[in-house]
Amino acid sequence: MKDDVDSREDRIANLKGMGCSRKRVEDARFTQGKGNYVDDIKLDGMLFGDFVRSPYAHATIKSIDSSAAMEVPGVLAVLTAADLEPLGLHWMPTLAGDKQMVLADGKVLFQGQEVAFVVARDRYAAADGIEAVEVEYEELPVLVDPFASMTSDVVLRPDTVADDGSPANGAHGPRKHHNHIFTWEAGDKEPTEQVIANAEVVAEEFMYYHRTHPCPLETCGCVASMDKVNGKLTLWGTFQAPHAIRTVVSLISGIEEHNIRVISPDIGGGFGNKVGAYPGYVCSVVASIVTGKPVKWIEDRMDNLMTTAFARDYWMKGRISATKEGKITGLHCHVTADHGGFDACADPTKFPAGFMNICTGSYDIPTAYLEVDGVYTNKAPGGVSYRCSFRVTEAVYFIERMIEVLAIELDMDAAELRRINFIRKEQFPYKAALGWEYDSGDYHTAWDKAMQAVDYDGLRAEQAQRIADFKAGKTRKLMGIGLTHFTEIVGAGPVKNCDILGLGMFDSCEIRIHPTGSAIARLGTISQGQGHATTFAQILASEIGLPADSITIEEGDTDTAPYGLGTYGSRSTPVAGAATAMAGRKIRAKAQMIAAYLLEVHDDDVEFDVDRFVVKGAPERFKTMKEIAFAAYNQAIPGIEPGLEAVSYYDPPNMTYPFGAYVCVMDIDVDTGVPDIRRFYALDDCGTRINPMIIEGQVHGGLTEALAVALGQEIAYDDMGNVKTGTLMDFFLPTAWEVPNYETDHTVTPSPHHPIGAKGVGESPHVGGVPCFSNAVHDAFRAFGLRQTHMPHDHWRIWKTANELGLHDQG
Amino acid sequence: MSKKQHYTLTVNGTEEEVLAEPRELLIYTLRERLNITGPHIGCETSHCGACTVTIDGKSVKSCTMFVAQADGKEITTIEGLGGPDALHPLQQAFKEHHGLQCGYCTPGMITRAAKLLEENPNPTEEEIRFGMSGNICRCTGYQNIVKSIQAAAAEMNASKEAAE
Ligand code: FES
Ligand code: FES
Repeated sequence: MKDDVDSREDRIANLKGMGCSRKRVEDARFTQGKGNYVDDIKLDGMLFGDFVRSPYAHATIKSIDSSAAMEVPGVLAVLTAADLEPLGLHWMPTLAGDKQMVLADGKVLFQGQEVAFVVARDRYAAADGIEAVEVEYEELPVLVDPFASMTSDVVLRPDTVADDGSPANGAHGPRKHHNHIFTWEAGDKEPTEQVIANAEVVAEEFMYYHRTHPCPLETCGCVASMDKVNGKLTLWGTFQAPHAIRTVVSLISGIEEHNIRVISPDIGGGFGNKVGAYPGYVCSVVASIVTGKPVKWIEDRMDNLMTTAFARDYWMKGRISATKEGKITGLHCHVTADHGGFDACADPTKFPAGFMNICTGSYDIPTAYLEVDGVYTNKAPGGVSYRCSFRVTEAVYFIERMIEVLAIELDMDAAELRRINFIRKEQFPYKAALGWEYDSGDYHTAWDKAMQAVDYDGLRAEQAQRIADFKAGKTRKLMGIGLTHFTEIVGAGPVKNCDILGLGMFDSCEIRIHPTGSAIARLGTISQGQGHATTFAQILASEIGLPADSITIEEGDTDTAPYGLGTYGSRSTPVAGAATAMAGRKIRAKAQMIAAYLLEVHDDDVEFDVDRFVVKGAPERFKTMKEIAFAAYNQAIPGIEPGLEAVSYYDPPNMTYPFGAYVCVMDIDVDTGVPDIRRFYALDDCGTRINPMIIEGQVHGGLTEALAVALGQEIAYDDMGNVKTGTLMDFFLPTAWEVPNYETDHTVTPSPHHPIGAKGVGESPHVGGVPCFSNAVHDAFRAFGLRQTHMPHDHWRIWKTANELGLHDQG
Repeated sequence: MSKKQHYTLTVNGTEEEVLAEPRELLIYTLRERLNITGPHIGCETSHCGACTVTIDGKSVKSCTMFVAQADGKEITTIEGLGGPDALHPLQQAFKEHHGLQCGYCTPGMITRAAKLLEENPNPTEEEIRFGMSGNICRCTGYQNIVKSIQAAAAEMNASKEAAE
């Protein structure tokens, strides 16, 4: 028969399925400047909207006068909270169960807050209009420190206080103070206290994981177009969760969901920035309804850094206890979480501190307790997962620093301390003290491979020599060896415990096989650079035996794609990837019946082989998937519906737990504070590997974002609540010049509950990278008495550390 | 708001007349008046390079140049480097070596890299990293961008040799 000429290997290669480094199908348009990002959208009569923003961090608004602005040529409307109030849209719900002002309602709570929305013919006219809007503010005392906020008389959010002045209960229970948002606990408090009180060794540390920002190269934006004739609203935007946005827009606007079409076009990076719902979206929709014209809103970089979606800002206090030999017995963690003026964290509803309770890390810690207090301050709202799954970055930083501090306390090698405390391979599935059940892992194998690859003992010997040379005045450079073994928790998640605004966090895939043996598959997720159109086709190719090149992947249009919760928290592969495999298996099941009919045997007498069904024991008798596809459309098969389509909504039974072992070697110039990253080795275990090329690219990118965060990137405020890092002049984004080459490596420990065993990888390098870079800085100074210094470790702070340790006195 | 003026630009070999306020930034003239949406906007402060174009033989960040300053100049954007029928070797190499992810920086990157290779057809890795340091990528970590540029340089040198 015709397709019988190729060997089995050739047939497998021809599919370009799972495990091969298939080139990306997205790249043709991007390399030719033909991507379609939201700011590329141009509609007839389209207007442009932009915000008047507060220069103050905390102030009462006495008045807003837009009369002069309305005189500016090209300005069509100026919206304020007063205009939105009759529609009930001057406030909106946040993903965290709080609410947020769309436009300033009587006061502002952070610098850059949206005060009025100017709608004009184009962006220049809008900018002129903004200049002409007169707002009278009366300044209020500013709280930028969450600890001060928790004791201050100043009430930041009068709307959250009962008539008698006491804090009303919040979305997550009772509140301790009028500026307190929630307390969230995991684990056992008393037993943990007891274990620590009776321990042979206890290490304590306090660390600040500073505020930063995901800062994708493309800022947030949207185009809203209300078609009044048909009553349909179309909303294009930089949405990491288009379906959830549609539901939210429907709930707050009252427009029926079937009359709303949300489209995420190409997205220029997200990293968590584009998960939430922002005032710009609401104002654009309202402006389009008011003017009857399409309205575009695009943030500039300063708007982006100052207002949408900060990340981190966790003050973490830890105690870790161990035996004299270094066996860890208990862990206690308290977090003061600075959420800014509104609690707009993008976490599953029941997890106001995300998955911070993964903070026991890769270690077998029998007893643990975590408590998180969320606090309001005069900073921007957000609290998104910047290239991580819901606060996992904070958790991993915490435990990986605590391990280092414990190693100092025990006077032990930090690699060995990790080794003796890892959860052992045979303990999986492993139930952690803070509640999670880790699916699979083999930490010792990964760790030993990493230590060997970098010649860890050799590095330590070199470091010892360097310290001796430094002390002898022969060098001014110290050497740091940063270690990290991280365990992530990704793929949110099981509907039983994960939802956002009541929407279960399943995901979906729908497949249609065309008569000639090609296909289209649509998913509930949306790529922002991860290459879904490439990798999901690979999963399908392996599952259904049609070449990946013959499968189109589509995402992001809510009118056509099945409902899903979107792409963030490394959930695409664990959840939508699973849905894809499951839908593929439904296709295969029907194909099996068709094949059996065509081959005139019983269903059980045929089996799947790469790209065909063969008669068991008679491999020369087969039907290819291509033939089966055609048969599905061209003949009546008794008892089988025509067509070949399937849909799967996948509710994962558990999260997935990718892990990895990272080593960073850096030289630090003690006199300038400049670190030179000599080597970075990253071993990742993300379970089954779908496309090694893309995995490697994700690792390079994630490590670079980790380098940024650890070594300089921050959103800093002064005491008046002014943002000090609002442009790319002050906000550190590394260039090619500052970034090293990375060595990547892997082990493969499949997830036992995922249909193809994949765990997700996009965020691992960021999660593991930050503590690794930071530990390297700390390690360089360990011999001189450093225990803990806060990130980001920019040149100035490193210099200061050296100075405080007295290392500049001898020169 | 100031009075609109006529300007003449040659973009990717085509002469274009535009009527715009002199304060209009070139990136908006290109993107919004001429529908050349390859160059992107990432900062508007000259830091990210997403808006990079070539003007009279030099790499320029078009977010920091007024249209008035571009009057009478020759401008090349990503759209002018190559298309579906004939990709520029850099476009090909970025695809081959996974030199992009979200693609937002890519037009600026490739446009800058094309200029770099014109100035220095045999750059070392260090020269590439330095020469590309005006262009930020948030996704790739640069390793594969460097690789792509090296591959394109090799390819371009080989075909030059073959032609000689
Ligand atoms: S937009 Fe021009 S350099 Fe960033
Ligand atoms: S590929 Fe996304 S910014 Fe470079």
